[in-house]
Order: sequence, then C-alpha cells, then structure tokens
Amino acid sequence: MVLRLLRYGLRNNYVPRPDFRFATELKPSYDVVIIGAGGHGLAAAYYLAKDWGITNVCVIDKGYLAGGNTARNTAVIRSNYITPESVRFYKESVGLFQTLSEDLDYNMLYTQRGQLTLAHSDATMRTFRMRAEVGKHMGTNIEMVDRKQIAQIVPSLHMPEDHRYPILGGLWHPDGGTGRHDSVAWGYAARAMDRGVEVHQRTEVTGILRDGDRCVGVETTKGKIRAGNVIQAVAGMSSVVAKLAGFRLPIRSYPLQAMVTQPLKPFLDPLVSSSGLHAYVSQTSRGELVIGGGSDPYELYSTRSTLDLKESLIGHTLELFPFLAGVRLLRQWAGITDMTPDYSPIMGASPLRNYWLDAGWGTWGFKATPVAGKRMAETVAHESVPDILEPFALERFKTFNLVNEMGATAASH
Amino acid sequence: MKLLTCPLNGPRNISEFACGGELVLQPDPRQLTDEQWADHVFLSNNTAGVVREWWCHVASTYWFIAERNTVTDEVIRTYPASEIFKDRVDFSNESA
Repeated sequence: MVLRLLRYGLRNNYVPRPDFRFATELKPSYDVVIIGAGGHGLAAAYYLAKDWGITNVCVIDKGYLAGGNTARNTAVIRSNYITPESVRFYKESVGLFQTLSEDLDYNMLYTQRGQLTLAHSDATMRTFRMRAEVGKHMGTNIEMVDRKQIAQIVPSLHMPEDHRYPILGGLWHPDGGTGRHDSVAWGYAARAMDRGVEVHQRTEVTGILRDGDRCVGVETTKGKIRAGNVIQAVAGMSSVVAKLAGFRLPIRSYPLQAMVTQPLKPFLDPLVSSSGLHAYVSQTSRGELVIGGGSDPYELYSTRSTLDLKESLIGHTLELFPFLAGVRLLRQWAGITDMTPDYSPIMGASPLRNYWLDAGWGTWGFKATPVAGKRMAETVAHESVPDILEPFALERFKTFNLVNEMGATAASH
Repeated sequence: MKLLTCPLNGPRNISEFACGGELVLQPDPRQLTDEQWADHVFLSNNTAGVVREWWCHVASTYWFIAERNTVTDEVIRTYPASEIFKDRVDFSNESA
C-alpha cells in the first residue's frame, strides 16, 4: 500500500478512483438485509462476503452512506474497560484496526498513540487500578501512572497541585489510538461492493415483514424486500426501528455533542480524557483538536448543539489546557446515542427469529466497528451467537446479568 | 439558553431542572414475575415524538409533568402532577 501510494503521488495526472459502485435497482429478495449503512452495518456486510461467502446482501439506509453516528463520533479506539467480557471484545477490535488499512486497501489514518485517562479523586484511582489489573490479565497494554509520568506523557497538560480538580494519577493505555472514522465506513463499503454487496441509500424501512415469530423481510419506501436474515444496526434510532419489529429495547436516546477547533501545530500526541471533568481531547493529524464530553441531560432525537453544554465542555477542557483559551472553534455537532442501562451494547438475537440486533452503542460504537461487523456476520452466517457476544445479549436484562461499563466510558457520565 | 416553565416557579433556565423520565405507572411488584419486573425496570418506549415526563425543579425540589416533543426539542406544556394524580397513593397495606 505504501509503495502504491508513493507511485500515485509521483504521477503527473491523478486519475480519480471510483470507490463506490451503487446498485440502482432493489432486488425482490436477498439472503441478508442490513438496516443502517453506518460503519457497523457496512462492516457486517463486508465480513459476510469475505469470511462467509454470503454476497447476496443488501445494506439500506434512510440517509446517505455513513452519514449518521459514523460521521459524528470522536474516533477514539481503545480497549481499557473494566469487565473481562468487554476487554476481550474491544481488544479484538483494536487488533482488527491495526491491520485494517492494509486489509481493505483503504487508508484509515490509524495511529496508535496511546490514551491517557485522568483521575481527580481517590474513587477514580481505585477503579483505574482495577481496570489496569483486568486489562493486564486480559493481555492488553495498560498501566497506572503517577503525576510525574503524566507530565512526561503529556508535557503540555496543566497540573497544579492546588487545583480545584487536582490530577492524582492516570490510566495509561498505549494500545489506544484514533483513525479517520469516515474512511473506516468507506473502506468497508468499497470492499463489500467489490464483492457484490449492494448499498441502497435513501431507502427507509417502514415496516418489518413477519411470518409467525420469524422475520422474513422488510418494507421500505422503495418496496418490499424479502430476506433470510435481517440485521438492525441503526444506533440512535434503535428503539424506533425495533418498534417496527414489534418489541421494546432497554435503550434511551440522548444527543452527544462534540466540536473541533481550528488547526494548531502538533503538540498533543496521546488522546487525553478525564471522567471527572467530562471532557476528552485529541489532536487530529491535520492539527485540529477534537473535543468531546458528556451526553445531554435528557432524552432527545434532535442533533442541534446547545450553548450551555458547549460552554461547560470548553470550561472543562480549559482546566486541562488553559493555553487553548484563545483558540477558535471550527465545527460543532451532535449525534444521537443509544444508551443502555449498563453502558454495554446489545448484540445478537432479538425476540423475533432471524432478526438480529446490533444496538445500544451509545457513546462507544466507533471503536467496535470492525469486531461488531465481524462477529455479527458470524452470528448471521451460523444463525447462532458466538461465545464472545454472549455477554451482550438482550436477554441479560431479563436475568439481571448486566455488563456494567458506566465508569469506563470515560467522559460520558 | 433553554428555558422550561415550572408550574410553581415560572420560566427558569433548564439547567435548574432534572428530568425524571417518562411518566409510567408502576405496576404492583407483588403481582409480577421477575421477567415482567425486569421489563418494567429496563425497557423504555424511547419515543421519537411527544412524551409525557416527570421533571423536577431541583432548587425547590418541586416535581411536575411536562409534555415534550423529543424530535423538535419543544416543550408543549408543563403542569402540576395533581392534574393526573387525583388521589393519594395508599401505602398502608405495604408494611409486610
């Protein structure tokens, strides 16, 4: 890939390479229909085709390719969770990300620069110790660091001792990193299309076709489509689509706001986050600072930004980097996050047979794109849920076996 | 700045309020199976549209009802809970 990039760069004329071959007509039936052409849906389509040879697949979306939360997240990739189930799952995702640009022949701008999470209280320090030990046990790179080490990892960090929220220590996760979120979805889409997968944009699902307790297809604004299996991967709209399928989910939708500053010279290599301050910051490869924080305080399906939340987010960021006070904001946005009670996803079987869920991705969906796609594809190919996804079954809310990751979602709540 | 009109205190900054979630009548836990109770605890309508919710003005701890559109982010109406709950809840049988 590197050589080809170099060769392309040295050419006199740059021939545009068409990435996407969109199908024009919907067929009356497919082996698998995937609702939602975001990262997760497209990844599932790709792995269905690549790993399992299932290419009679159609991905439909009411909007455009990767225009929902795939375009709105803050592109953090990490596996420093607290339960072994989660660490195992997200670790597999980090592993897939490491070779994804090569595998898809599509540059994801993936950089593993490490993620530093800051503790401002003894309680946070205790959970960090636990996360570090669980992470080491599960074979990830993670350790506790003290103030001196933090100052070495992020020299620009403001850390006086008589601060309102003094930094007591941190959780250093060298495996953490970032990538270009759009490219991840585009790469999966392009390679899935190469293998015969169809993607239909502006095709909204209006109903789910059932035969008894089985799902047999979907009804869309462009007509009925029969399907052997259906995957729902619609993030913030999970409850709305599930209602069409006839069931409710333990999900509540909240906006999550983020923003980007004007580009600055590179000064911040790792990703820095603070759960106590509800803020996280990273610098993109073009120099912009991506700033994200907590969700809005009440349920909403609107993606408008609000001044008060932006203000508090900026205030908290300035506690960490006061010298950014004069920097201008370039863009701001919000995405609709599908929050679950335990801050873990819902994957696998639904109350409707042959209707599979990839939902409840709240504020932690981007980092799981490859593994969620790969394992959902496996689930559908076998029509049974693999071991690694079992802890995240919808059933857990009936048996009270929750996978609590509230503390490890970093800045969320 | 977003405002919410408290039936007791008038229009106030929305940061003074806490949302208590959709108004759902609690079923009698003694009449339910564990599974039904889990459904009540965890499942949510998560309606995209008009919802009826509990809100609290935190400074005065006053709970009231708001009708709100979750798509357009508009508050349609706020009113005291006494509009819906006419009778006092009887807890006298629940000591056991």
